[in-house]
Amino acid sequence: MTKTMYEKIWDANLVHEPESGSPLLFVDRHLMHEVTSPQAFEGLRLQNRGVRNVHSILGTIDHCVPTKDRYNIVDAIAKKQVETMTANCEENEINLFGMDSDQNGVIHIVVPEHGFVHPGMVVVCGDSHTATHGAFGALAFGIGTSEVEHVMATQTLQQKKAKTMLVKVEGQLPAHSTAKDIALAIIAVTGTAGGTGYVMEFAGNTITDLSMEGRMTLCNMAIEAGARAGLVAPDQATFDYIEGREFAPKADHWDDAVAYWKSMASDEGAEFDQTIILKAEDIAPQVSWGTSPEQVVSVTGTVPSPSDFENEVKSQACASALKYMNIEAGQKITDINIDIVFVGSCTNGRIEDFRATADIIKGKKVAEGVQAIAVPGSFPVKLQAEKEGLDKIFLDAGWEWRDPGCSMCLAMNGDELEDGQRSASTSNRNFEGRQGKGGRTHLVSPAMAGAASIAGHFVDIRDWK
Amino acid sequence: MQPYIKHTSIAALMDRSNVDTDQIIPKNFMKKVERTGFGINLFHNWRFLADNVTPNPEFELNKPAFQGAKILVAGENFGCGSSREHAPWAIADYGFNTIISTSFADIFYSNCFKNAILPIMVTDAELAALMAEISANEGVEFTVDLATQQVTTPGGIVISFDVDAFRKESLLDGLDDIAWTLKHEDKIAAYEELNKKKLPWLWTNA
Repeated sequence: MTKTMYEKIWDANLVHEPESGSPLLFVDRHLMHEVTSPQAFEGLRLQNRGVRNVHSILGTIDHCVPTKDRYNIVDAIAKKQVETMTANCEENEINLFGMDSDQNGVIHIVVPEHGFVHPGMVVVCGDSHTATHGAFGALAFGIGTSEVEHVMATQTLQQKKAKTMLVKVEGQLPAHSTAKDIALAIIAVTGTAGGTGYVMEFAGNTITDLSMEGRMTLCNMAIEAGARAGLVAPDQATFDYIEGREFAPKADHWDDAVAYWKSMASDEGAEFDQTIILKAEDIAPQVSWGTSPEQVVSVTGTVPSPSDFENEVKSQACASALKYMNIEAGQKITDINIDIVFVGSCTNGRIEDFRATADIIKGKKVAEGVQAIAVPGSFPVKLQAEKEGLDKIFLDAGWEWRDPGCSMCLAMNGDELEDGQRSASTSNRNFEGRQGKGGRTHLVSPAMAGAASIAGHFVDIRDWK
Repeated sequence: MQPYIKHTSIAALMDRSNVDTDQIIPKNFMKKVERTGFGINLFHNWRFLADNVTPNPEFELNKPAFQGAKILVAGENFGCGSSREHAPWAIADYGFNTIISTSFADIFYSNCFKNAILPIMVTDAELAALMAEISANEGVEFTVDLATQQVTTPGGIVISFDVDAFRKESLLDGLDDIAWTLKHEDKIAAYEELNKKKLPWLWTNA
């Protein structure tokens, strides 16, 4: 019988399936940050329970960290979260890339940097963007804090089996279209709830042609399509990326590990519950116009009108988004002016992303009145960028070159939009108020963000000179 | 966890789709290390005016008729967005123990059951009927019976809903998930021993 990658990972990690009750799935890797873990540690303490497999956990501090003057956490409660995380990890001997670590950064950036996630694993984190690690062919998904506690205590999760969806993208991407544009184009098709109940597997030559960074960007946004997780089959690019990193299998196990990883890919002819096919040629650079990642169009497009939607719910959502975003139906995307540009986040905070932005802004100046901030996803990303001289390109263009953190993606650290401000952002969610009450966010790729910073409005980077 | 018991309560109407976790509990109110006290900030950005203190009279949950509601009736794809359990914590702390919609985001749905909240999925037509009854009679009380898996209304609507048998049992008994799983500790230990032999490289950094 043929099996999909999801089914293989499920079977390999199934601990027990009692006749009554819930199947128990073994968790290989547990990622942790300061916002969703403190109540879980407290729960363990109250019940006098310990952490079962300390070595399966890797933690970081990222959500609350200021990107300027990083130790100066003004908000007393945010400071307490950081201190609590540090103390909990110390007490339980958990590996933490804390405030003082030169490896610190956003959880979904630092984990791959250390080769902590491998194909075939079940990976969880109290964070919906855990889907990122599906880029390695790992079943990676976000969980709530009660489940964080459950995993620490039992190394398992009570899980229900998901349905499977194949998302096939084939052909040659147009120049300047990126993994981010693929992700947004997919969500435009599925909607933010289209993936609910599903694990998506991304396949096709356009996907396998992506770098590991690109695959991470794509899988990161699987959750924005409502999917529990996204997966890309492991291949030579995956193995090359992992090899030699801190938590990679060492030489004596390497061949066995690769053989196992290869065996986890979906079988030829495996059946999926649903299949979606996109042509890469159709994917132009994307810009979100509304307050949901599904409200997105090509940069050459215009803002839609509520009457463009047959579905009443979508029509209403359009009307309320236009009001919140303060834009007009029919307005050209390239006529939308922006105040702030943010490049960073677990979606687009990797070295490749800063190279892409730098390439666009090199030798130019940020438009008057625009504030542009670059926030590397981790200190290793920052260091690498500086080695390549990218920081100078950003600074010369009038950008701010900051320290790592989640920053203006969820704006818990003080980097936030003011009421009415409009941003071009490489992050993943444009929900109402997410980047600050009254703040308006348009999701784009790093190159598109770069071009917007110079022009002061969105531009089709295919015309960029 | 508190057991979920049959109740008759005011049903509040929130006729919005894609209510996301950033609306349910905005990030600036997640900076706590406790599970309690999130209710006062539920739907903060919609619920309060610009001064962040004065209740917004336009916001549906501020209607006098909906005060004390335990049942929330809302549009599709409720709870989309982040995995933050602060969202169900805020909902429960505010006083809701039941949410009725046509669909829920996966992680949010699962988080509800960990917090004695029953998310009920109904059809489009059923949701429309429930919403119509509330609109016509704000403050109306619905009855939710998890044991029989039914929602009934004074207007005569009777809706049967599906719920996973184990989740139902857990809610009705107020079961401790971790204690249940640990009853299978021998199975977990056996799996780990096999896994150490099968994938030894996963354990060498231990």
